[in-house]
Amino acid sequence: MKSKFTPPIGKITQINGQCISLIGNDIDTDRIIPARFLKCVNFDLLGESVFEDDRETLKGSHPFDLEENKNATILIVNSNFGCGSSREHAPQALMRWGIKAIIGESFADIFYSNCIAIGIPCFTLSKKSIQEVQNNKDNKFLFLEIDLKNSLAKSKDLTLNLEIKESSRKMFLSGEWDATSTLLENEDFIENKLNCLPYLEFNSPIT
Amino acid sequence: MSQNTLFDKVWDLHKVSSLPGGSDQIFIGLHLIHEVTSPQAFGALKDKNLKVKFPERTVATVDHIVPTDNQSRPFKDNLAEQMIETLEKNCLEHKIRFFNIGSGNQGIVHVVAPELGLTQPGMTIACGDSHTSTHGAFGSIAFGIGTSQVRDVLATQTIAMNKLKVRQIWCDNKLSKGVYAKDLVLHIINKLGVKAGAGFAYEFAGPAIDELSMEERMTICNMSIEGGARCGYINPDEKTFSYIKNKLCAPKNKYWDKAITWWDSIKSDENSIYDDVIKLDASKVEPTVTWGITPGQSIGINQKIPLLDDLSPNDQFIAEEAFEYMGFNPGQSIKDTPVDVCFIGSCTNGRISDLRVAAEVLKDKKVYKEVKAFVVPGSEKVAIQAKQEGLDMIFKDSGFQWREPGCSMCLAMNSDKLIGNEISASSSNRNFKGRQGSPNGRTLLMSPAMVAAAAINGKVSDVREFMKK
Ligand code: SF4
Repeated sequence: MKSKFTPPIGKITQINGQCISLIGNDIDTDRIIPARFLKCVNFDLLGESVFEDDRETLKGSHPFDLEENKNATILIVNSNFGCGSSREHAPQALMRWGIKAIIGESFADIFYSNCIAIGIPCFTLSKKSIQEVQNNKDNKFLFLEIDLKNSLAKSKDLTLNLEIKESSRKMFLSGEWDATSTLLENEDFIENKLNCLPYLEFNSPIT
Repeated sequence: MSQNTLFDKVWDLHKVSSLPGGSDQIFIGLHLIHEVTSPQAFGALKDKNLKVKFPERTVATVDHIVPTDNQSRPFKDNLAEQMIETLEKNCLEHKIRFFNIGSGNQGIVHVVAPELGLTQPGMTIACGDSHTSTHGAFGSIAFGIGTSQVRDVLATQTIAMNKLKVRQIWCDNKLSKGVYAKDLVLHIINKLGVKAGAGFAYEFAGPAIDELSMEERMTICNMSIEGGARCGYINPDEKTFSYIKNKLCAPKNKYWDKAITWWDSIKSDENSIYDDVIKLDASKVEPTVTWGITPGQSIGINQKIPLLDDLSPNDQFIAEEAFEYMGFNPGQSIKDTPVDVCFIGSCTNGRISDLRVAAEVLKDKKVYKEVKAFVVPGSEKVAIQAKQEGLDMIFKDSGFQWREPGCSMCLAMNSDKLIGNEISASSSNRNFKGRQGSPNGRTLLMSPAMVAAAAINGKVSDVREFMKK
């Protein structure tokens, strides 16, 4: 049984943990969390259902079911991870299962911003390096120390230069990745904008 | 970096501030919400003790979870009932306009907003739904957001976002008879790939795009996201303006001319600069069908499913996965593949023109005896219009079930689901594993006309053969 989930808050500078590899391109958010689990008004129970259908098909041999992975926190994926539906339920389910950071060849845009918005840094690495990590025989026990300040991931005998959008990196380091409060700081500008948009003047009100 | 495109102009106009770190704070002109991605956002507002900043800039409807057979309340599905009740409560509490079932304006959020005249050129539009790109058909910058960003829009009417690059996709010539916007967009996604759009807005342009009706343009922009582009748009023109004219929320009287002048001014300039330009010949596009598990895995109706060697190394991996999941062999024809279920609907192809096209194919014909076929209008307005035109009777006479509006088997959050490894011919937008409600169900995406043809023959068919007769 996993320990109780606590969402990340504040500055995120360092993530240490065991890796879990999930091989495949174009893994969409319907696979991460199938639509029937979206019938909920909060995200609390999603962790149990992450990859439900894929896991069911593989009957125990899916990476998310392997005993050796049960404490993993760093997910290693291939290209276009998280494509498809905008459902934030997908990163929420991963996070509630235990994932704290994702390293991949590439991510779909909306999935990426959803991850950033809830405090999961997503890093990119070349295809070659990803495959190296994924093929690493000792992978099941590969522990990485991710240092956001220098965008580096280190293990006993491996150093990886990670890439992350500068804006995301800064947000995590300063603890301002939870955007609402930053956005609210500009209240006056928002009001001004509202007053100068041409279409708000000529539109009929929504009745 | 792009310059003077519609995207640049609309972005600059809506930019509130540059945020530390390099992203921009963007004002959202219109915010659309539905029952699936909003409850947690309202919950977060409550936790942070925040109010909805401009409730009049948000509009709600219910679409994903609604049953399409019996819509009487309470819904049979308790969880679905709980979701609609939560949305009703949140809208009431925060004074948000909600188009509920029976209002005459309920339906799939991306069908409803254009019908109401809410969607207009030059706006920024956001919704907790990836197919928000649909609204770009009007020359708005419209994109899907996650629940945390829904919370941000509710609380501040803005979001933090990195500016996108702009790729123009220039479509020469025009589509031939029996080939539709759906075929064109499937073709584009196949050519460019499902992740090519990451970091880009797509501008669709050229004679083939100019030729399309507004509803067809919505089909194109709708599927931008399937090509990885968070937003896709088309510069507004006379067709755009006349579609909007007289809609409920359209500019009226003295404001109309003002609106047109402004809408004209936000088009991409003749000498705009794009980050990338791609050209293709629309006259070469055939009726297109997907054979795999991503919307990029498609072929023309008379082509064969590719051999592994025909594909780039990057695409081989997912192709192998697709062959196994779909039970298809490389090199086999897609034509004549038997289908179990035919579904016409969704925000891609559930509009009145889609129903008209399908009905024309189905008129005086019968659905193949072993096929289960049903049509789900995209909105109450579409349903009413279709009934006025007698389309519902054509569908019913042919053997299609006529349903109430909603998302239905596009994502199967209601009781409309594939069973086991059934194959569906579907006018929707995603053929992902398990998308239509069964963990091993299979989806073939195609135009509504092609779904109708498949329904009659009980197998994937070339709709053009129905047109010759
Ligand atoms: S019709 Fe399908 S794609 Fe469109 S909003 Fe509904 S579920 Fe999403």
